[in-house]
Amino acid sequence: MATVTTDRPGPAMRPPRRPGRRAGRGRSWPAVLMLSPTLIVLALVVLYPLVAAARESFYTSGETLDADGFVVEGERFAGLANYAGVLGERFLNAMFNTTLLTVVTVSIEVVLGFAMALVMNRAMRGRAFLRASILVPWAVPTAVSGLMWKWIFQADGVANAVLGTDILWTAEGVYAKFAVIIADTWKTAPFVGLLVLAGLQIIPGEVYEAARVDGASARQTFWRITLPLVRPALLVAVLFRLMDALRIFDLPYVLIGPRKHSVETLSGLIWDEATRVHYGPASAYGTVLFLYIALIAYVFVRLLGADLLSDVRTRKKEA
Amino acid sequence: MRAALRNGGVIGIALYCLVPFYWMVVSSFRRTSDIYDKSPLPTPWSMESYAAVFDEGIGFGQSLVNSLIVAGVTTAATMLIGTMAAYALARLTFRGKNVILALVIAVSMFPGALLIVPLLKLFTSIGWINSYQAMIVPSMSFALPLTVWNLTSFFRQLPYELEQSAMIDGCTPLAAFRRIMLPLAAPGIFTTAILAFIATWNEFIIAVTMVNDQSRQTATVRIAQFTGAAKFDTPFGTQMAASVLVTVPLVILVLFCQRRIVAGLTAGALK
Repeated sequence: MATVTTDRPGPAMRPPRRPGRRAGRGRSWPAVLMLSPTLIVLALVVLYPLVAAARESFYTSGETLDADGFVVEGERFAGLANYAGVLGERFLNAMFNTTLLTVVTVSIEVVLGFAMALVMNRAMRGRAFLRASILVPWAVPTAVSGLMWKWIFQADGVANAVLGTDILWTAEGVYAKFAVIIADTWKTAPFVGLLVLAGLQIIPGEVYEAARVDGASARQTFWRITLPLVRPALLVAVLFRLMDALRIFDLPYVLIGPRKHSVETLSGLIWDEATRVHYGPASAYGTVLFLYIALIAYVFVRLLGADLLSDVRTRKKEA
Repeated sequence: MRAALRNGGVIGIALYCLVPFYWMVVSSFRRTSDIYDKSPLPTPWSMESYAAVFDEGIGFGQSLVNSLIVAGVTTAATMLIGTMAAYALARLTFRGKNVILALVIAVSMFPGALLIVPLLKLFTSIGWINSYQAMIVPSMSFALPLTVWNLTSFFRQLPYELEQSAMIDGCTPLAAFRRIMLPLAAPGIFTTAILAFIATWNEFIIAVTMVNDQSRQTATVRIAQFTGAAKFDTPFGTQMAASVLVTVPLVILVLFCQRRIVAGLTAGALK
């Protein structure tokens, strides 16, 4: 791991500036040749759906009767009709669920993951074992972890036995939300821990020595040294998790079930509309979800990620 | 005191990560009649659920084959074209490079739910529903950015001198890439391939949307749709056994290459 996380810009890594530049002009055809397959595939599987969904969201299809009572088939321009559902109870509920799950899970995961990273960073014995076990939740497919927790959360399952309760976790209601939050946290907090740990490990030991010499308390060391220095890694982890949590689909689908009011997310709603061939509304909701995610990513990077971006920029300059 | 606290933390993390998984494994070895037992170890151990998984009506074996085909082909195709793109982004100089890099990162955050609507419509009209390619092609939307991003940071770490001397000796850039860089990058490519494979193997929303024919379903979807003998009966023993079968190869793969995988995961974030 150390070989990857320590970024020593030794002479070997620096590209010789000048010759590289000059040669670049003459040999742009290999770049085009090497990049075009990737760009074509991404255009096909990402750009095309994005544009097609945006267009589709303004159209309606299927059979309807026109004013004279004739059957009209095919696609017709529908204006904002598909977006009307955005004001409906079902969409607002899905929006609320998505936002709630995202805020709660990401908050818990950051705190838990950070704590895990601090423990792992100090751990002397059992490091290899720890790293192995922390990868297990990450490697379990989300759908499988949904089934696993569904089993644990059975009415007469082990969770109720241990807690001494008779909660119906996987039925509708507030406990369904708890169940999804717990299952999601289990799967992804270790991943956050892993990324934060990588950030902790590139902090040079001298910084801590200097702090100790200056008589800093453990609390001061954490707030003034550890947290600021690990910030870039932490921000990346949070951004990754935010983007993932906002599009959550398989966990509520498997754990609680499709079309369940208490845990239906935006992705779940879109999936449901799409599979019922309501392409227009599904595309409208999809477009809203896309804008929502893009907005949050933008705000996040704007408010918190100034150093994140500058980091990318300096790296690009180096490259 | 501090050491005790530290060890306590280590044990706590291990328990947090492993206990739910342990319960899944243990449950899969219980008899159907004592599936609701809460004892920490099954008494007696039974392979009943595993036998039930491979009952003909369930089609689990076929779904494993389907998962292998989809994840395998996606990984291979992704590595083939992603490696070239990553090399170009890491090593060559050309206009618009930063835009492409930013685009690749942005694409990796694309919501799969938006993707399924137009692709479902498109695949319906060209008759791709219930085909492998209907799962393979959309899966590249997340496997490809992951590959390009990871390998770009990997290629950047390799020394420049090697290719330069190769080019001085008369290699074209493409030949330098093929003969010098590819062999050097083999470990990085291997790691990235594992990450892409796991990501595709775990994929759910595309597979559940594009395929409704049971014989083409991937394992993750198939397990979630197992039904028991009675209509409202969830066959938990069978589901747990199937889940263990789907997960254990991944866990072994991950444990086997854990150093590399951690490096690959964090490289995506920190490089």
